[in-house]
Amino acid sequence: MAQVVLKQINKFYDSVHAVKDVNLQIRDKEFVVFVGPSGCGKTTTLRMIAGLEAISSGDISIGGQVVNELAPMDRDIAMVFQNYALYPHMSVFDNMAFGLKMRKFDKSEIVTRVNHAADILGIQELLKRKPRQLSGGQRQRVALGRAIVRHPQVFLFDEPLSNLDAKLRVQMRVELKKLHQRLGTTAVYVTHDQVEAMTLGDRVVVMKDGWVQQVGEPLELYNQPANKFVAGFIGSPAMNFSTVTVTERDGGLTAVNGGMNIVVPPHLVDRLKPHANQQMTLGIRPEDLRVANGSDPAGLSFDSKVEVIEQLGSEILLDVRVGDGTMVASVEPTTRTKIQESLRLAMNPARLHFFDAKTEAAV
Amino acid sequence: MAVEAVSTTLGSAPPPRRQRLLEDERWLAFALLVPTVVLLGMFIAYPFIRGIMLSVTNSRVGVEGEFVGLANYYKVWNDSIFRTAVYNTFFYTAVTSVFKLALGLWLAMLLNRNFRGKAFTRAFILLPFIIPTVLSTFAWKWMFDPTFSVINWTLYQLGAITGRINWLGDPDLAMASIIVVNIWRGVPFFAISLLAGLQTISPELNEAAAIDGAKPWHRFWYITWPLLLPVTMVVLLFSVIQTFADFQIVYVMTGGGPANATHLFATYAYQIGVGTGLLSEGAAISLAMFPILFLVVIVQLLYIRRVEVR
Amino acid sequence: MIEGAKWRTWVYFRIPLFLFLLFLLFPFYWMVITSFRPDGELYRPWNAMNYNPFFTLKPTLDHIRYLFEETLFATWLWNTMIIAAASTAISLFCGVLAGYALSRLNFPFAGSLGTGIFITYLVPQTLLFIPLAEIIRNYKLGDTPWSLILTYPTFLIPFCTWLMMGYFKAVPKELEECARIDGASRWQAMLYIIIPVAIPGILSAGIFAFTLSWNEFIYALVFLSSPEQKTVPVGVTSELIRGDVFFWGPLMAGALLGSIPVALVYSFFVEHYVSGLTGSVKG
Repeated sequence: MAQVVLKQINKFYDSVHAVKDVNLQIRDKEFVVFVGPSGCGKTTTLRMIAGLEAISSGDISIGGQVVNELAPMDRDIAMVFQNYALYPHMSVFDNMAFGLKMRKFDKSEIVTRVNHAADILGIQELLKRKPRQLSGGQRQRVALGRAIVRHPQVFLFDEPLSNLDAKLRVQMRVELKKLHQRLGTTAVYVTHDQVEAMTLGDRVVVMKDGWVQQVGEPLELYNQPANKFVAGFIGSPAMNFSTVTVTERDGGLTAVNGGMNIVVPPHLVDRLKPHANQQMTLGIRPEDLRVANGSDPAGLSFDSKVEVIEQLGSEILLDVRVGDGTMVASVEPTTRTKIQESLRLAMNPARLHFFDAKTEAAV
Repeated sequence: MAVEAVSTTLGSAPPPRRQRLLEDERWLAFALLVPTVVLLGMFIAYPFIRGIMLSVTNSRVGVEGEFVGLANYYKVWNDSIFRTAVYNTFFYTAVTSVFKLALGLWLAMLLNRNFRGKAFTRAFILLPFIIPTVLSTFAWKWMFDPTFSVINWTLYQLGAITGRINWLGDPDLAMASIIVVNIWRGVPFFAISLLAGLQTISPELNEAAAIDGAKPWHRFWYITWPLLLPVTMVVLLFSVIQTFADFQIVYVMTGGGPANATHLFATYAYQIGVGTGLLSEGAAISLAMFPILFLVVIVQLLYIRRVEVR
Repeated sequence: MIEGAKWRTWVYFRIPLFLFLLFLLFPFYWMVITSFRPDGELYRPWNAMNYNPFFTLKPTLDHIRYLFEETLFATWLWNTMIIAAASTAISLFCGVLAGYALSRLNFPFAGSLGTGIFITYLVPQTLLFIPLAEIIRNYKLGDTPWSLILTYPTFLIPFCTWLMMGYFKAVPKELEECARIDGASRWQAMLYIIIPVAIPGILSAGIFAFTLSWNEFIYALVFLSSPEQKTVPVGVTSELIRGDVFFWGPLMAGALLGSIPVALVYSFFVEHYVSGLTGSVKG
């Protein structure tokens, strides 16, 4: 159990700069999730922590010791792979015991640990089977078991749930969370699924094109995204973006485009002032839109035309046309509307996001 | 907890230095490749250089030769038997390759059906390829024996011939006989390799084409053949190299005769280099194969690379 | 499969397949019949009357007895076995290690070394037998089994390497990464994880290499001279023919018995052999 520190980490593959100046302090017992689209450098970062990839520049330390030059076997870590990487020629027991045997543990100690881990994961009765006789969920548990018998300093997870079907994935997600609470081992987890990231992570690292976009607790990312990419990546359905022009009017600011004429709420005015008469991106989450009623001020609502209705039971998603763009609104399940019908939508003024149109940074 | 702590520290004790070195990919690769490189260097690369050096001297068995330049090659070039051997080798390779490919493909397509005893049939069909060539060629030589030939007997009984055919005594018939044996030996290799290729072609493709109204011949020509082409090319190039450098069949069947009419590069090199002991001339003859083989290998490398890139 | 009328199956399938089988297997049948046929029946002219060559009513073991009593056939069998086994073992050892290095490790010149080994794979024995004979003489290996045990690997190693590269590439690289994180060194990960997983491939390469070395002829013909050192193919060729006289009975019996060991090995591992054969051209 230990903290993991990444200091100015870079990775080059020939001419490709895959990971760029990553700095991160992972605290002891923390569960940190790296999330981002494929090719963003998250897996490469994980593999550098594991020692499977050399670091082009920078330092990685685990438990206070710089491990740049250490082979994977000497880093005292455990890793769970996307395809589980169970050794096909060994029984479940031998799979779990392999790491301990390599480290020359006592036979009795090995048996104790494997049985203990099998107990935790509920795979006692599978110990004699070969991997090919296991279902996907069972293989997943064995892969986890193989990691926890070792009592490593750090757990590394490389998209461990992505080969499972949707239902099992949710179940294993919960179990992973419980397991981490029980063992308290520092964990680094890579996924492309933002829901997994939000539910599992104590902190989430969002990456894109090799850069870290934002590091923060899940709600922090949701509420205060640092830029347009994070805003769009976190949350489902994704945040609506529309290009607006900010103009000064009546001593206040207005964000205008073809379909909207929004009065900028007071708490944002100071921040937006320097951008007056510029193009900006307005972001609003579907769940922050609702059907307008008579008391909504004109400056916080707009007209739209319904194009698609998705009934999800707990909510209704409306794909609507606003001016020459489209938006998604999540509205009350009791809402009654029809395709092609006009609908006035209101927005929650406290939850508007503005991004610089060029740098995409949040304002 | 205390026990665990102790064993963990024990476990992470630094391993010995030898292990450290092998942890570096480059050193490990080096160590793993040493035995192969040494053996291949000693018994392929060195003999190759040695062969070139030998071919520019006038060594004989037991006599250290002197440098004579390209005299051996010049002499060989003006040797009418060598010229016959060159012609024979090309002819033999071309004719057998065409037949092996055609018959092998046909057999592969026959075997690509489902029928009872398929695995059994497939296993038996490979026998000509498994059994030592020299030994099975003796069976053929016995079948082609001038006096006791079972082939002649059968043809005679069927009324096809009235006088005996001296299979190995006539230059043209001898060449034909050798070609038959080579085809016999090579067809299984083609058939089984092409069968493996055929099995990777999804039957749905042929069924879809049949529904689209393609006749069997069209299905073969527009679907099977193009999809099989990469495997066909590789198998064919392999076979061309083996056939071009063939030795055993001719050595057993005719020994190059009658009257040196059926020599190939390899048998002639053997006759000169080992039979008469003119080492350097023999080396020159077998090395004369090299440029052609090299060309085929280059074609093969380029082809494989192209297929891989695609 | 697309089915048609019954006569079509005969014309397009059964008859051609039967003819193929006849063509491919008749020489072996002939070999067997000749081995057990008494000399009196063997040497009757091709157009003699009442001559039915396709079976015999008076089978004899004379030819086989002759082989074992009058020639060194048993020794040749033993020699062939030892040489084939030893050269296969050496080739597997080298080929598995080299195949692993070339398919799983990154190192300078990996590509050109792989191409080099592929080219040696295509070098036929007949290209180099004359200089090689000289080298064998210089190393004082002539007329010993070592001359073959050491030279057969030159055409077996490239094949084994090529085949093993294909098998190793198919093993997910996470297996060995996981082993290395579990505390294994690269060497241990290869030894305990990757090689055991690739055992079917090793078996295929081994079977194929064994049959190849059992069948090898020209090196054995050139490097060995005394009768008691010879392998089966060379022994049968050189000791059962006196000048122009062929002892067809013992010759066919020798061919038959010399083929049986390799045919047995083959029959036990047909699938491995076939995957070795098809792997050898696919890579």
